[in-house]
Amino acid sequence: MKTGAQIIWECLEREGVKHVFGYPGGAILPAYDALKHSKIHHILVRHEQGATHMADGYARVSGDVGVAVATSGPGATNMVTGIATAMLDSSPIVCITGQVGSKLIGSDAFQETDITGVTLPITKHNYLVTHASEVARTIREAFYVARSGRPGPVLVDITKDAQQTSCEFDWEAAKPQLPGYRPDLSPEPKEYEQALDLIQNAKRPVILAGHGIIISGAMREVRDFAERAGIPVALTLLGLGAFPASHPLNLGMMGMHGEAWVNQAIQEADLLLAFGMRFDDRVTGNLKTYAANAKKIHVEIDPAEINKNVKVDVALVGDLREVLHELLPKIETIDRSEWLDNIDRLKGDSAVRDIQNLPDSGHLYAAHVIHDLWHETRDADTVVVTDVGQHQMWEAQYYKHERPRSLITSGGLGTMGFALPAAIGAKVARPEAEVWVVCGDGGFQMTMPELATIVQENLKVHIAIINNGYLGMVRQWQEFFYEKNYQATPLLNPDFAKLGEAYGIRSMTVSKRSQVVPAVRSARQHDGPVLINFRVEQEDTVYPMVAAGASLHDMIRRPSPLVETADDE
Amino acid sequence: MLNTFVVYVENKPGVLTRVASLFRRRAFNIDSLTVGRTEKPEVSRMTITVDADYDQARRIEANLYKLVNVLLVENITSEPSIVRDLAMIKVAATHEARSHVLELASVFRARVVDVAPESLTIEITGDEDKIDGLLEVLRPYGVLEMVRTGIVAMRRGSKSSVLAAAASTPAPDVDHGDASYSV
Ligand SMILES: Cc1cc2nc3c(=O)[nH]c(=O)nc-3n(C[C@H](O)[C@H](O)[C@H](O)COP(=O)(O)OP(=O)(O)OC[C@H]3O[C@@H](n4cnc5c(N)ncnc54)[C@H](O)[C@@H]3O)c2cc1C
Ligand SMILES: Cc1ncc(C[n+]2csc(CCOP(=O)(O)OP(=O)(O)O)c2C)c(N)n1
Ligand SMILES: [Mg+2]
Repeated sequence: MKTGAQIIWECLEREGVKHVFGYPGGAILPAYDALKHSKIHHILVRHEQGATHMADGYARVSGDVGVAVATSGPGATNMVTGIATAMLDSSPIVCITGQVGSKLIGSDAFQETDITGVTLPITKHNYLVTHASEVARTIREAFYVARSGRPGPVLVDITKDAQQTSCEFDWEAAKPQLPGYRPDLSPEPKEYEQALDLIQNAKRPVILAGHGIIISGAMREVRDFAERAGIPVALTLLGLGAFPASHPLNLGMMGMHGEAWVNQAIQEADLLLAFGMRFDDRVTGNLKTYAANAKKIHVEIDPAEINKNVKVDVALVGDLREVLHELLPKIETIDRSEWLDNIDRLKGDSAVRDIQNLPDSGHLYAAHVIHDLWHETRDADTVVVTDVGQHQMWEAQYYKHERPRSLITSGGLGTMGFALPAAIGAKVARPEAEVWVVCGDGGFQMTMPELATIVQENLKVHIAIINNGYLGMVRQWQEFFYEKNYQATPLLNPDFAKLGEAYGIRSMTVSKRSQVVPAVRSARQHDGPVLINFRVEQEDTVYPMVAAGASLHDMIRRPSPLVETADDE
Repeated sequence: MLNTFVVYVENKPGVLTRVASLFRRRAFNIDSLTVGRTEKPEVSRMTITVDADYDQARRIEANLYKLVNVLLVENITSEPSIVRDLAMIKVAATHEARSHVLELASVFRARVVDVAPESLTIEITGDEDKIDGLLEVLRPYGVLEMVRTGIVAMRRGSKSSVLAAAASTPAPDVDHGDASYSV
């Protein structure tokens, strides 16, 4: 006989869990009490939101399920933002929450929240467990659902009595029973033929490479496909790293802050091959004018994504890697140099506008920081975890990702405060990797208490704060669309370096370009976490930009040097 | 266009909420939803009617399948099917009106299930049009109260859903004989 609490940990161990991120409280105390018998390492966070982002970061760098634990009521509701973040980016996490005793459910008992009700629309699935005998099967199902098919967050709410009472524990007998759950679909032969036909006849094809490639582990297949068919590859934000940035067929990021030539190529294409991406509105711009002359093939594991935003000509519903395995042997090599040359010409215009190529005005630009950071760390096994805002977009533009899972970022929900805790999760999952947080001065302050977690766990996480004194991305929108009415965007910040020191983290402030590389180098050499406060140009702008609702090719461009001179006069 | 879905779900607490919540979240408009037991105790069956075009209907189906507790979804809109709604209508029926109301009820093959000095309660089953029709003609007499169950639907013929077929002995697969008629 085992208690429900003991069964929780035993099941987690059997699911391969080595670390959990959590915060205790009354309703989950029996589980914490049983933790002493477990080999699992528990990491004490400073806020339950942090625990969910850590589990998420852990999942995204490792591909394994991340686990977060919290108590009922406020502990559980603090998880909501992290669960929604994982949901929108298809990240597999399991959240375990304590619940009041089953007899008290519905009575507004102390710290009772209907967390399965609250998280219904933001979990892939969730459970309320009221008996110890249900714990094992539920946890097994939770892991299975979280990691299979299109991954996502699963919440398991376990009443206090279910943790306390005892029952027989039989792992084998507790097999998942999910008669309606079908995560493994595959296309019909006819659909493959239709796809091949479109591919063979395309003159101006573009591959749209998304997060699904990384989830599916189809990097090799996508590369083979692109090379064999001679098709250039555009990436979504979450796809960065799925195809090597240095590959000759790599175009770069598409979408709102993607490269102008990439968006132009998509608009001119006659065939789009969407591989594990979901045509987010930041990717398509105005749907009415989106790739109007292109046929579309959508390879996607989730049937509900088909024809959701963009109507496609052929849908191959299934696991990307398996679908590409089917297609690859039938792909003929076709010379598409004319199309590729055409795209190259589009690139030229962007190069003259690139901030890296502008004359050095003595200012420190965020783009410089990211570029130098990339230059210094590119040969290492580096994972960059970003927050949300302008710095996130500069990271995407200037850090050239060669490998999958080397960029961790909140794309779909755009959750400020994600970076610091997610980086902790990343470092715990992959201690051998060099983990850098790139975050804004705004977002950093949303979850900065997790600095204490870094110190308590003795994690070597590097933190680069891109400090522009503004909620920069919002300021940019105010600049463009609200007549520079900077309401509620200027920030009065603490001295971040002093703050870091207060936690016992080695900290420095950098405000000149010449100091960037030395600071990065000294951080890398230091045997412990380091915080660097980069004081950058305050009113810098992310270019190019597709305004919300505008067509993808209709981008606000960085004024070229020539235009700038004209403005100055 | 009104689509009719037959949805088999696991008979577990909270499943109705999951389905209803899905429709709300995805902004699909439910016209009617009924749920009840089936021949298998562990399975419940829903009939859901929704106003949706072809693409939306496909998405509704795909989204329903994303719910872990959903076993099978069938869009039977364009298939020969039997669709039934049940209504109870309480009509003001004073002495003079009573015989007219009774007559109308019999024309619609409805049944009187309660008689009171000032009212009659009529029960009617049929497709929605039929019930709407009776309601229309009763209105002038004064409808005091009305309740409708929402529609339940089933395919015609011996071809049953995959789920039901799995349970019963396999029916011979004859296509031409696959028609039946209801009264
Ligand atoms: C400030 C800000 C600006 C942004 N600007 C941009 C921008 O300029 N450009 C941009 O691209 N994004 C941008 N984003 C991100 C954007 O909002 C989306 O998050 C992103 O585009 C989604 O990328 P995705 O479709 O590749 O990934 P996801 O949203 O994770 O979708 C992955 C898809 O792959 C499918 N999938 C999963 N597993 C498999 C499998 N095994 N086989 C097949 N398919 C699978 C999933 O079902 C899903 O449909 C921005 C976000 C923020 C916060
Ligand atoms: C939790 C949350 N609240 C609000 C927003 C809206 N938002 C998007 S970007 C941004 C500004 C971010 O500022 P900062 O962290 O300083 O980064 P910067 O843009 O300056 O690089 C805000 C407020 C958000 N994405 N997340
Ligand atoms: Mg800022």
